[in-house]
Amino acid sequence: MFNRDRWKEILEVLTSNWFRTLLTAFGVFWGIFILIILLAAGKGLENGIRVDFGDIATNTMFMWTRRTTKPYEGLPKDRRFEFKRSDVQSIRDNVPNLRFISPRNQLGGFSGGGNNVIRGLNAGAYNVYGDYPEIINQDPMTVTSGRFINYNDIEQNRKVAVIGLGVKNELYDKGEEVLGTYIKIQGVNFMVVGTYKKNSSDGGEEAQKEIFVPFTAFSQAFNMGEVVGWMAITANDGHSISVLKDDIINLMKSNHKVHPEDTRAIGFFDLYQQYNRVESLFAGIRWIAIIVGTFVLISGIIGVSNIMLIVVKERTKEIGIRRALGESPWSIKKQILMESIFLTLISGMTGIIFGALAIYGINTLLDSVGPVDMFLNPSVSVKVVAGALSVLVIAGLLAGFLPANSAIRVRPIEALRTE
Amino acid sequence: MIEIKDLHKSYRMGSNSLHVLKGINFSVEDGELVAIMGSSGSGKSTLLNILGMLDVADSGSYHLDGVPIKDLSETKAAQYRNKFLGFIFQSFNLINYKNAIENVALPLYYQRIGRKERQEKALKYLERVGLKQWATHLPSELSGGQKQRVAIARAMAAEPKVLLADEPTGALDSTTSYEVMDLIQKINDEGNTILVVTHEEDIAHMCKRIVHLKDGVIVEDKMVEQVRAAQYVQ
Repeated sequence: MFNRDRWKEILEVLTSNWFRTLLTAFGVFWGIFILIILLAAGKGLENGIRVDFGDIATNTMFMWTRRTTKPYEGLPKDRRFEFKRSDVQSIRDNVPNLRFISPRNQLGGFSGGGNNVIRGLNAGAYNVYGDYPEIINQDPMTVTSGRFINYNDIEQNRKVAVIGLGVKNELYDKGEEVLGTYIKIQGVNFMVVGTYKKNSSDGGEEAQKEIFVPFTAFSQAFNMGEVVGWMAITANDGHSISVLKDDIINLMKSNHKVHPEDTRAIGFFDLYQQYNRVESLFAGIRWIAIIVGTFVLISGIIGVSNIMLIVVKERTKEIGIRRALGESPWSIKKQILMESIFLTLISGMTGIIFGALAIYGINTLLDSVGPVDMFLNPSVSVKVVAGALSVLVIAGLLAGFLPANSAIRVRPIEALRTE
Repeated sequence: MIEIKDLHKSYRMGSNSLHVLKGINFSVEDGELVAIMGSSGSGKSTLLNILGMLDVADSGSYHLDGVPIKDLSETKAAQYRNKFLGFIFQSFNLINYKNAIENVALPLYYQRIGRKERQEKALKYLERVGLKQWATHLPSELSGGQKQRVAIARAMAAEPKVLLADEPTGALDSTTSYEVMDLIQKINDEGNTILVVTHEEDIAHMCKRIVHLKDGVIVEDKMVEQVRAAQYVQ
């Protein structure tokens, strides 16, 4: 392989017609360049959308009650019903493989409009949630000061609150101490024990304008009794919430005397299903990139094969001479295959390098203009590059195969006769 | 050295076949310098190609240095050509992007001889044909006579048992022809067996034996008094 004379000859042959070699190389260069750019663009889109999902636990569903649409066991249709706190325990007892079951209650947002929180002279309309401590795993946020709700708060019905940075900015002056102060939520005082910031860009400003209070204190303060507004349920890793969802909903139906075929009585949003849909979209984009890139690459390879055929044709006489002097057919074949692989590999690697430079350029541009919607950090993995290189070697072999065979098919005596 | 018995060869050309060699019986001893003569179409080139293992006979036997040359694979034939034979062509057939010394070293490369030894040997043979100072020149920078001398050096580099020359002077003027023949005679003087295909009488008479071919058969095979080419060379 590392035979000095052979390499010298490969270089001699390829450099004897620079322009032609460059044109041929460009085909492969372009193919691999397009492949890299497409894959990187797909990855950029994927990264962008993944950031929108943030680190929300994706194996999660949300569930709430609606009106029944079928009469059942003597109860009429159009009946309202509500989840109770006992339902949480019931789910925990009957459906295995669930990681978190968070009952939630809510003020503001889609259940109310005007200003509901007052502090001194400031007032604002915020979503106020009655929650269990687990919610921080399902709806991740960073606690920037103080602490989040804990189980002591739950057990002792403490009226404490964790507020978002958006709330803090509106209700407090700059630099003012927040922890230990009181805010009035619908007329009831809560002590602020922490502030949070959400990383996810999902919801944007609104996501920073939420207030979390202990579920029990919320129920007590706002007369919710045993009522649970909705639930966020996360399954264990390795178990799909989409599968467990049916068990949970059926359990709720039987607990609340809802007709088993009443599909509209319980509303839900299956985040995992949505996430999977997006995942398969990414897979689709990847495949399109690979297929398009491969086809472009194939046309480049055909170009190489074509040129190698012409080179072999031009060198027919020379090959005849070599064979008369005693070069074995296999050696000639090897020579042509190596020329082909070398040309493919060199131009392919140039393509990879230029692709990488282009990606670097795009990243620098993105960094300087700030984040772009649904596009972030386009990149290709080392694995893809290694894969592309091995594809190139195989492609070079394939491209050289036909010409190499045609080179030794001509008998030396005929080869010598050609002018 | 060469032993040929009842050699037949015909070429198919569409529906009719052309019988080129019609039973050649012929042997060459070690150290002979044989001219094969004949007009075009007499079969002399075909005979040389068969001797050179570039072509195969339809029937008959061919022994080279006691080795039967029969049913050779391409790889085997290439090996034998490399080991047993040196070719000198009418059109020199040098590889035009390689310089003189690289051309001469080529058969040695196929024998897997090391790079350094190859260079030394090639240079030695270039010196013998008087072209040592032209070693790094490309064929395009050499005259016809020089090219043929490089080709002769190349043919000899592998130290073959037989040199086969197909019209070695065909593309050269008479002065250069005599220089080349002088070189061939000197190589023969050292004991090498050489076959020269030619249609020029004066070239043929510079050999020691003349074989006349006509319509695929040997019509005459005689020993001749060798005319030394040296007397024509200044």
